[in-house]
Amino acid sequence: MSTDTTATTTDTPRSRIAARVGMTPEQLEAFGNEMDAIRQRIIADLGEEDATYIRNVVKAQRRFEVAGRALFYLPPAWPLAVAALSISKILDNMEIGHNVMHGQYDWMGDPGLSSRMFDWDTVCPGEQWKYSHNYIHHTFTNIVGKDRDVGYGILRMDPDQKWHPYYLGNPVYALLLMLFFEWGVALHDLEVENIVAGRRTLADNKPLYPGLVRKIRRQTVKDYVLFPALTGPLFPLTLAGNATANLIRNVWAFNIIFCGHFPAGVASFSVQETEDESRGQWYLRQLLGSANITGGRLFHLMSGNLSHQIEHHLFPDLPARRYPQVAAEVREVCERYGLQYNTGPLHRQLLSVAKKICRFALPGGDAAPEPPAPRVTEEPLAA
Amino acid sequence: MTALTAEPIRRLLRSRLVDALAAPHGVDRYLEQFNPMWAAHDVRARIVDIRRETAPAADSAPVATLTLQPTSNWRGHRAGQHVLVGVDVPGVAKRFTRAFSISSAASSPGEQITLTIRAHHEGQVSAYLVERAGVGEILHLSQARGDFTLNESPATPTNNHLLFITGGSGITPAMSMLRTLLRDGYVRGPRGGVLRGSEAEEQKSSVGCYDGNAGRKVTFLHYARSPEDQIFADELAAIAESDNGVTVHLRHGDRLFSEFELRRLVPDFADVDTWLCGPAGLVELVTAAYADSPRLRMEFFKPAVARAAGDDGDVEGTVTFARSDTAGPASAATLLEQAEALGLRPEFGCRMGICFSCAVTKTSGRTRNVLTGEESALPDEEIRICVTQPVGDCQIDL
Repeated sequence: MSTDTTATTTDTPRSRIAARVGMTPEQLEAFGNEMDAIRQRIIADLGEEDATYIRNVVKAQRRFEVAGRALFYLPPAWPLAVAALSISKILDNMEIGHNVMHGQYDWMGDPGLSSRMFDWDTVCPGEQWKYSHNYIHHTFTNIVGKDRDVGYGILRMDPDQKWHPYYLGNPVYALLLMLFFEWGVALHDLEVENIVAGRRTLADNKPLYPGLVRKIRRQTVKDYVLFPALTGPLFPLTLAGNATANLIRNVWAFNIIFCGHFPAGVASFSVQETEDESRGQWYLRQLLGSANITGGRLFHLMSGNLSHQIEHHLFPDLPARRYPQVAAEVREVCERYGLQYNTGPLHRQLLSVAKKICRFALPGGDAAPEPPAPRVTEEPLAA
Repeated sequence: MTALTAEPIRRLLRSRLVDALAAPHGVDRYLEQFNPMWAAHDVRARIVDIRRETAPAADSAPVATLTLQPTSNWRGHRAGQHVLVGVDVPGVAKRFTRAFSISSAASSPGEQITLTIRAHHEGQVSAYLVERAGVGEILHLSQARGDFTLNESPATPTNNHLLFITGGSGITPAMSMLRTLLRDGYVRGPRGGVLRGSEAEEQKSSVGCYDGNAGRKVTFLHYARSPEDQIFADELAAIAESDNGVTVHLRHGDRLFSEFELRRLVPDFADVDTWLCGPAGLVELVTAAYADSPRLRMEFFKPAVARAAGDDGDVEGTVTFARSDTAGPASAATLLEQAEALGLRPEFGCRMGICFSCAVTKTSGRTRNVLTGEESALPDEEIRICVTQPVGDCQIDL
């Protein structure tokens, strides 16, 4: 494999994001090249181990799911059934669904693990999620006004989002989003906040409805009608069990995901400073805009390796099991360039996120510790 | 395995109820966890036999016939059709999918089929199947596809003359047709009448594989590189010897197809239903001889690969966007940019290789990933056109 990475580095002479962290343009380019090198080394090494790993995770998920569905026939095993089904849904959505739909396993050529074919066990149609997540969120990460994952159009999570009395409800909205997370993810693509702000019309959403309605119908019929009905007199118990499993998955996914971009110290960016961005600055922005969670192997698996949000944002199309492997290297590079590498245990990151949710319910907020250049906020998100 | 061949179970597994319960993954994603030969929709096959067709020789690629037992949902095939075969090549952990003609006679649902494959040097799949695959291995199949079948021209009687012209491994679909004709052709009854249906079946099973007669005049003209390279040599010799209506003409070595020779064998060839399958050179000569005759049906071999371009920046060749029926000279720009320059509006997202919104299938040709510099000439490969540039001729399914 040759190493020409020409496509990337037409650096603008001055990157304002690099200037924020005291990096010269040369350093920024060198940093970008180091990241490219890590990526290429892993890509060249992809093979049997990665395939076996994801197939084993899928095998485990399918077994937990079958076990969960079956255990509902034994009323005393109800808690076990709920646990198995919750694990199944968490694995399906996070380590399998999220990562497969990123195209991390497309190189295997297995339709069952292809980003174009896969859909996950949630009410959100994978097809629509891939657009808002893979494209909008991963390309424009933490650019206020462009990345709709900054507060998801519901919350105020950044000082550059203009305050409005609506945001007094921030903690309540966050709690509701946590409990109904899969629904939030499903409706995210309708961009309701942009419709309220007049930047999008209801007509723009029309093409999305059929897919959304179909997916919602399939998921709800399966979990709340068919499987309960198949257990006959145990219908209410099974229904409650399925709802509980969905709820557990919602709460878990919400918490992991909110620790990815919202803990204190994570940077956000303006549209202006990301114009004509170089590959080096793109990498830098991904690094500064993400945060990790420390934990053991099981924790990383159950979080879909989104506990390595930094590595995921640097290399979104590498198989997630590789993130722990490259984390040490990424961290070492960061130390050398004096860059922040935001990580911490779950409880600390969660607390930090909770504080932020409450703080930004009120006007103002701590301006991030930079900016030497004036930050321009375009199109504040008003609700 | 046997459990799933029972019709009521198969019907249940394909029902809307099971589909709803297994959503969104589909019932096959669960069944495969227990037994790879359990499938409601996907077709798979177990290799039950592998047999060498040609003697190993230094200058020619080996050929093998694989006998496959498909899953019970195999719908059967018409003679001349092909099937997509997906192989999980060990080591690289990638599934490669290629099309192969079926060489056995027309099959009924669930019946065994054979593929006769030449191990091409550049063909990972063919080389793997011929040289490395073992009995018991599971392959992924499609249902049978293709219209290169024994469909005769309407206004002709069903016992008219048939002509097959093949070259190299292009013999396989024609062999399937020939075997089918010999198996299902008119069976002469005891009183000289024609037997059909179950009577014919009985008669055939007593005779063995063939009833021995195609029931019509069949001319089989085949070009092979050498006698050692001749696939199905023994079987063709046996067919040529017996009194069955089939004449076999084998041409070995440098003897190219000539219209003159064909006219000598079949004077009215342009008015005879003809099936042509072989390498590009043969196809060119034969199509020229037939001019625009509607009697000629053909199946192309995909041209292996376009040549790689010399140096960076200097790209020669043509980029064809097949579905849009648009083509233009290849340039060093990405395929996405080239498509847009030609006025196409392909789907895209990040334009930097992250989001896979622009992933499409490259059907043939060599391309380079601009992020990694990696070049690939694999046919039917998924590429992200925003980070892929052509290196010579290529065909994109867009």
